[in-house]
Amino acid sequence: MKKKFIFFIFYFLFLVPLNSNDNKTELLEIYKNLRCLVCQGQSIADSNSDFAATVKLVVQDQIKEGKTKDEVYTFLISKYGEWIVYQPTFSKGNLLLWIMPYFIFIVGGLIIFLIIRKSKSIKAN
Amino acid sequence: MKINILKIIIFSFVIFSLSVFWLGLKIDNNYDTKSLIGSKISNFQLTEINNNNQHISNEYLKKNKYTLINFFASWCAPCRAEHRYLLSLSSKNKKIKIIGINFKDKKINANNFLKELGNPYDFVGQDTDGKISISFGIYGIPESILVNNELTVIKKIIGPIDQTQFDDVLKIIQ
Amino acid sequence: MLSNIGISLVVLIIILSFLIIYIAILDLKTSNQFIKKNIYKLSLFQITFTVLCFFTLIIGFINSDFSLINVYENSHTTKPFFYKIAGTWGNHEGSLLLWVNILVIFSYLFLIFNHSHDKKFRLYTLIFQNILILGFLFFLLLNSNPFNSIYPIPLEGLGLNPILQDPALAIHPPLLYVGFVGCSIYFSAAMASLISGYSGKLFAQSIKTWVKISWCFQTLGIIVGSIWAYYELGWGGFWFWDPVENASLLPWFAITALMHSLIVLEKRNALYYWVIILCLSTFILSVTGTFLVRSGILNSVHTFASDPSRGIYILLFLSLMIFSALTIFFKKYKKETYIFNLKSRETFILANNWFMVFFLLTVLIGILYPIFLDVLTNVKISVGPPFFNIVIIPLVVPLMFLMAIGPKFGWIKSQNKMFHKILLLILGAIIINLLIFYFFGKYSFLSNSIFIAAIFLILYSLLDIKKIFNNKNKMELPRIISHLSFGLLVFFIGINHQFSLEEDFNLKVGEIKKTNDYEINFEDIKIKENKNYKAVIGNFRLTNLKNNLAQYLEPEIRIYSNPETLTYEAAIKTKITSDLYLTMSNVSRSDYYNIKFQKKPFMIWIWISALMITLGGFMQLTLKKNED
Repeated sequence: MKKKFIFFIFYFLFLVPLNSNDNKTELLEIYKNLRCLVCQGQSIADSNSDFAATVKLVVQDQIKEGKTKDEVYTFLISKYGEWIVYQPTFSKGNLLLWIMPYFIFIVGGLIIFLIIRKSKSIKAN
Repeated sequence: MKINILKIIIFSFVIFSLSVFWLGLKIDNNYDTKSLIGSKISNFQLTEINNNNQHISNEYLKKNKYTLINFFASWCAPCRAEHRYLLSLSSKNKKIKIIGINFKDKKINANNFLKELGNPYDFVGQDTDGKISISFGIYGIPESILVNNELTVIKKIIGPIDQTQFDDVLKIIQ
Repeated sequence: MLSNIGISLVVLIIILSFLIIYIAILDLKTSNQFIKKNIYKLSLFQITFTVLCFFTLIIGFINSDFSLINVYENSHTTKPFFYKIAGTWGNHEGSLLLWVNILVIFSYLFLIFNHSHDKKFRLYTLIFQNILILGFLFFLLLNSNPFNSIYPIPLEGLGLNPILQDPALAIHPPLLYVGFVGCSIYFSAAMASLISGYSGKLFAQSIKTWVKISWCFQTLGIIVGSIWAYYELGWGGFWFWDPVENASLLPWFAITALMHSLIVLEKRNALYYWVIILCLSTFILSVTGTFLVRSGILNSVHTFASDPSRGIYILLFLSLMIFSALTIFFKKYKKETYIFNLKSRETFILANNWFMVFFLLTVLIGILYPIFLDVLTNVKISVGPPFFNIVIIPLVVPLMFLMAIGPKFGWIKSQNKMFHKILLLILGAIIINLLIFYFFGKYSFLSNSIFIAAIFLILYSLLDIKKIFNNKNKMELPRIISHLSFGLLVFFIGINHQFSLEEDFNLKVGEIKKTNDYEINFEDIKIKENKNYKAVIGNFRLTNLKNNLAQYLEPEIRIYSNPETLTYEAAIKTKITSDLYLTMSNVSRSDYYNIKFQKKPFMIWIWISALMITLGGFMQLTLKKNED
């Protein structure tokens, strides 16, 4: 009975297809990931500055040409530096950044696991 | 024993972090694109502002030892302030060519601007919608880039050229 | 004159604080069971003068007394009365005075409400708290003095920033500071507990009300800040993972973890040293957050104007706090053994702490990594919303499952009876999730998991509420409401995120834009002259193409003359089912206007759920009083 339920759950979770992206939401997603260089902490999507307007045009052109959003990011990073994207790149320099949180999570789980196990052995004695 | 190791780790980490904070107070946290010095100019295409049949591209840069690419506009006040340095560079030197890129402007206004203040440019291109500026890594007006014949960016001047930067450029092109 | 009064009061409070520390130290040595009456009297004087000092500054603002530099820089004669008062704490120096007030008020309240607790413990708490108070007072007096005077006295002030004149923004700092600074008292209490040895259940009882109070206000402060950002800043969002926002979130995670661990300390006398670590960390995080935000080390929309000397002082203070806390902690630490069963409430509370610490450290890493990278390698990167969303959101899924079933486990040991109930509810959650997506059509594995987990938490909590009404045991109600509301919050944020419509386009007056669901007609522009600004008001007619209903939205561009600023006021129509959001900005040197249009489903329910989380917290405070 238990096993059937668990199978049931996973069947439904995996059955549903993954996100289908349409162009317009992709554009907005890119705008939100780009940092406005002349503003204090705003994305290209939120900024009303001249620079933001120009970048939007360039991004629109590139998407129309068929480039992927990663190619757009790489292009802008080559012109403006990594600072312009809000999502840190998965490069060697940023490895620590992406790995540390999950590492901490695993360590935390390990600590709790060890406490429980030790409790069991204390009770057994 | 374990506690002692933990103590050492934690104290070291705290001292390290506080030192980083201390150093962080000293550095300038305003971002500029000066770190892009050393990168290469990608291919571009510019049409002369008064002559639709005249074009230049990367090839033009390869022919000159040094080229200064200056983004300007008639509606930009600091551009007026820096203009005399551009005139000075163009008249003094055969070693450097100056390209002017008129940014988000009207042709007639640009021409009047150059008539009034003088034309230091060997070529004036038009960037009506601003898109060309993005491929040069520009984010404000005025901005100037000094490139060599290998298409490498040697210097970036963000904002109007002042006396110090003018002297720097002269030093480089000698 | 006010300047002299203010500074004299500050000096008086400093003297009083020294006196309190001195007499408390003396009193520690006596064997008398009761705290000397003098200490109560001195504390009463201290709180009186501190509040008077704050009122002095407020009077300066109300009277537009520009002989005070602080009033000159941050106020203006034409500012409305309410905002003149709010201007008192809307700047660095004034807010520091508010910090001191809260430190002193909490110190006094802790003293008089904890009669039943150990004398040495209370005295040590008082001593440590007053050391903190002195630290802030010296900072205020020597570096950030709101009572500094200026001569000749200017005729008019500089401070008329229109963005700061908003009711939500006016109450947001005081609310948040009660949270941020309120946790100072249990920092001091933790230090006192380590030194005096007053630990365990009694210690938990002495601080638990203060932890709950600071939690409620911190939560409320953060929510009000988000509401303000949504209505005022014009980008339709309410959380940007901006460093200042993150700085307020760090203590929140710690206080939430602490609140839960205190339950274990009280009921089972376990996790004492972990509770101490949390108590010490919370205030340390508050001060770290203050450092990051006010020193100028970070680049953000919200930063106060920065001044490097501030940063140096706060860093010094922070370092002293951390080192003394670490030293005393390690000196007094004794190994504890816990006996926890897997299927017990203690373990689930540990799990809560595990998640909270994970979220806390993730946000901390996100804030600090760019700073460290810049200082050590001179490379500047940005760590923004995508990082935090990617790392944190997936783990909210298991958190919500644990939130539902955790509280159902008994203390020490529990049976397996609930397993079928859990599975049935998961099934129900999946069905509801499928219905939503079948009718409205968007899917992804992550969003499915989030919705299923949220709905599960909601259903489970609703069942719990039904049980309470059946057997009239109201003890669990506040907790259920907070957990239920958290589920609702995640649910509505999820719906909002998945089903929002957003458009960004340029239009000239008279033009029409058609999208799949709406027709936006830019009918005209009118210009209105107001008292201190000129407004360019756009008249937009929005037609919902599905039901042909039209409504008008009027976003504005406001041009202020003093100081010269431009603001963009969004036109927001809030309804039960969704919000319509329209902003307009002019494209330089052209007749075009850049229009951003958003339809945000169930937006108001996000605020309602968030406020209900706080409600649960406040209910806990009042309910417990009846029990005792």
